[in-house]
Order: sequence, then C-alpha cells, then structure tokens
Amino acid sequence: MEKELRLMKGNEAVAEAAIRAGADGYFGYPITPQSEILEYLMEANPSQTTGMVVLQAESEVAAINMVYGGAACGKKVMTSSSSPGISLKQEGISYIAGAELPCLIVNVVRGGPGLGTIQPAQSDYFQSVKGGGHGDYHMIVLAPASVQEMADFVDLSFELAFKYRNPVMMLSDGAIGQMMEKVYLSPQKERVKVFPEWATTGKPPTRARNIITSLDLDSDGMEQHNRDLQAKYQVIREKEVRLEEFQTSDAEYLLVAYGTSARVCQKAVQLLRAQGIKAGLLRPITLFPFPTKRISELASKVKGILSVEMSAGQMVEDVLLAVNGKVPVKHFGRLGGIVTTPEEVVDNLKSEIIKG
Amino acid sequence: MTEEIIIAGFGGQGVLSMGKIMAYSAVMQDMEVSWMPSYGPEMRGGTANVTVILSTDRISSPIVKHFDTAIILNQQSLDKFESSVKPGGVLIYDGNGITRHPERKDISIYRVDATEEAARMNSPKTFNMIVLGGFIKVKPIIKIENVLKGLKKSLPERYHNLIPMNEKALIRGEEIIKEVHKAK
Repeated sequence: MEKELRLMKGNEAVAEAAIRAGADGYFGYPITPQSEILEYLMEANPSQTTGMVVLQAESEVAAINMVYGGAACGKKVMTSSSSPGISLKQEGISYIAGAELPCLIVNVVRGGPGLGTIQPAQSDYFQSVKGGGHGDYHMIVLAPASVQEMADFVDLSFELAFKYRNPVMMLSDGAIGQMMEKVYLSPQKERVKVFPEWATTGKPPTRARNIITSLDLDSDGMEQHNRDLQAKYQVIREKEVRLEEFQTSDAEYLLVAYGTSARVCQKAVQLLRAQGIKAGLLRPITLFPFPTKRISELASKVKGILSVEMSAGQMVEDVLLAVNGKVPVKHFGRLGGIVTTPEEVVDNLKSEIIKG
Repeated sequence: MTEEIIIAGFGGQGVLSMGKIMAYSAVMQDMEVSWMPSYGPEMRGGTANVTVILSTDRISSPIVKHFDTAIILNQQSLDKFESSVKPGGVLIYDGNGITRHPERKDISIYRVDATEEAARMNSPKTFNMIVLGGFIKVKPIIKIENVLKGLKKSLPERYHNLIPMNEKALIRGEEIIKEVHKAK
C-alpha cells in the first residue's frame, strides 16, 4: 500500500504513527512542548477504530506505571512527556528495565534543570543513555532528526522493544516536536492479538505461572539477572548501532551531533565546504548503543572533532571515549532552550579546532 | 532553490497560519518544507514568529540566522529582524503602526498595507492572505492556485465557503504591494 503524505508537527507524527503501528495503549500527562501527542490521540480517538486505549493519567508517575502494567500483559504500550515529566517517570523506567518489559517512552526535551524552560534542549542525554533511574540498566535510545523520523521510529522502537524485551526511548526535543515537515505515513497495521509467551495473560493448565517482577531477594539470583541484562546490552551494542554520515569520505574535520543539532550541523558542513574547509558530519541515530566504533575509525582520518549538542557537554564524553586521545575533541552548544545556529558552529569549529 | 523566510508580528495576526498555508502550498508543488514556530508563552497581542523554509532539495537546518525574505507585521519585529535579512534579500512590511521605517540600503524593501486594505474590504481576517499575495508577487515561488489547493486540503469542509474571499485577498495583495527601495 502506498504511503500517505501529510504536513505535520513532529508531535502529531508520533501520535499518528502510534495508531498506525497498531499500538495497544498510550498513557500520558500533558506538558509543553509535547502536549500535542496526547491532544492528537484524544481527538483521533483510536479506541473507536483500532481499539487502542488513550488515557490521560492523573500524573506522570501513574502513566509510567500504567505502561508497566500494560507491558507486563504483553501489550504494545507507550507514554510520552518532556524533561521534568520524564524525571518523574524514572522509577517506573528502572522497574520496567529490571522486569525486562518492552515499551516506548518519548521524551520531547526542554531546557532544564528543574522546571527550566519550555524551549528545546538536549540536556537529558546522560539521563537517557546512562541510566536515569537506579540500577545497572540501559534503554535503547533513538534520536529522530526530522518529523519523518518521529513517525518512522515509533514502529522501529516497538520492534526493538519486543525483540529485546527492553524499554526504548525516543529522545527528541522541542524543536522537532513543534516543527512541521512533510511526512509519509505507513499504512495501518493490525493490532496483534497473540501475546508473547512470557506475558501475564492468565495461567492455563498447560504451563507454569508467568511472573513479571524486578525483585529478587536472593543475591545470587539477582547477580545472575544482572549478568543476563549486561549480556543482552552487549548484544544490543553489537547489533543495533545506527548512524548517518554526511560528507565524511574526504573530511578533515568531523562534527558529531544528533537530533536538531545534527540538522544545524548539516547546514554548518555546507557553509564550511563553501569556504573550502573539508568538514563532515556523523549523526548517531542510536545514542545507546553509541556508534563508538565508527567514530573511532573516523578519528584516525580527521584532524579534529567538534561535538555539538544543546547542552553543557554530555555526549562529548562518549565521543572522547571513542576517540581515546587520537585527535583533539571539543564540545560546543547553546544552553537553556537556545538552539545553536549553523553560523555559530562554523565559528566555533574554526576557533576551537582548526586554529586551536 | 532554497528560500528561507521569517514571518513576524503580533500573536493573533495570523503569522503562524500564514506560514502554514505557505508550507502547504509548497507541498502541493512537490517541494520540501519546514515550518518552525516560536512557541514561547505567546498570547494575543504578544509577538509571534515562524521560520518557513521552502526548497527543491532536502532541508538541512530548520533554524537559520539570516533570511532571504522577512515578512514583518509590527514595529517590534521590524526592529528585531531587519538586520537578519541577507544582503540582496527582501523585506516586506505592513506600514500600519510603523514609526521607524526600514532603513537598510543593501536589501529590497516592499510595503503592503494589508491592515488598511483588509479593513477597506471589510474582512479583517483575510489580512494575512493579503500579505501572502504581496509575497507571491515579489517572490513567485508558490502559485496562487496551489495556495487555494492547500487551503482546500487543510481547512475543514465547513469553511470551504471562505475560500473565494481568501482568493480575492491574495489577488488584492498582489495588486497593492509597492516597491519602496531596490537593493543596490
């Protein structure tokens, strides 16, 4: 079937894509700049068409625990919020990761800390890829850089979540959430009515009880569970790295950026090339797993690397680990809700890396 | 071809919807578009702006610092964005309420008195379409027929009776826009 062309906001694209992906449930609580996800789903009222449940919970904490419950039953469930709301969900995310359940969490990031601002930022990188909640766990983290990817990554997220029985986060930001672009929407998928064998759907006489829990008071058991989790994360690191490269084949200087910053950096590469400076861009699409290997390879070919992120310097730590001292690495980014401009990236690369 | 446009004015003037209609029209012509609004705590009477990029190629940054065209609908926006027009670029403004007029000599300046004209036509809500008509006259990137197609697609059917009025406003905008200064 042909894909349908629409002009949509990133937030609306997430919502429509969730319906079309055959999601079973969405549980959310409004917060700028992602409220359109909940609003769109409420208006679309998919309970009348696909049977998908859309519910405004009493709080973010309630919403993530509804996701926990839905996921335990083997359902395709999701929630979304923006930074302060995602902080509230961390306990639930840790439990979901511990209980090895699939779900999708969308973070349309705004500037922090605290209530911060409602403008776009990328300062939740550490929280998303390093943990956020307690315990040794990882989410798979996808970073969309366009409205099209806001739609496409919903289906991909559910696919990865169920493949690895692991929570997946789409780490977006206010700019991509609020921006309108063309988007080609996939046809409606049927909601799956057959549940995975681990799901708690009621015990038939033919098998043992399914138990979903993150608790094990026996430390030996808990250590083994942790080792199993780490083995799973290692498989994810080996198999699920996704990235996009832009003019890297002959690049002397490399920009590394994701999401909105990657779009800005793509323009910066064009401006730099027009000035005769051979710049290229590596855009991590997955932030966990991080494209460590490819960055390490490129580090052997370039003279310097600038990591661009709308934060005080979070992803740059993973770039530094990948580069391991081969070439100079610097960070550049605006803070508190200000989107970096391509011209600023150009100036910074020149002053910090090329002349530095 | 890539055209980077900023539209800025008061909240409630139809700044965001003008940008949306522009984007829709370009989609009708198979172009790539991005529409990036300022989404701060704006309200009626506050300032609002939107960056619209229309291109025949894939659009890189949806956020830019310098614009090919600035469409300016109040004094605050003029003060803020006059300097952001690229040399040789275009500034279109509505003279209503403007006390300090644009002064740059290295850009082309056009004036479209849409507030006044909308009042004369007795349809203040078509104000932004008069401005859009002016823009189309200066930069014929999108065609009026595609604007109408876009409106038809984006408006609920119950509003389709308003389309002829919008068409009239677009054409009126094309007629009344005046060149104030040609870029040197």
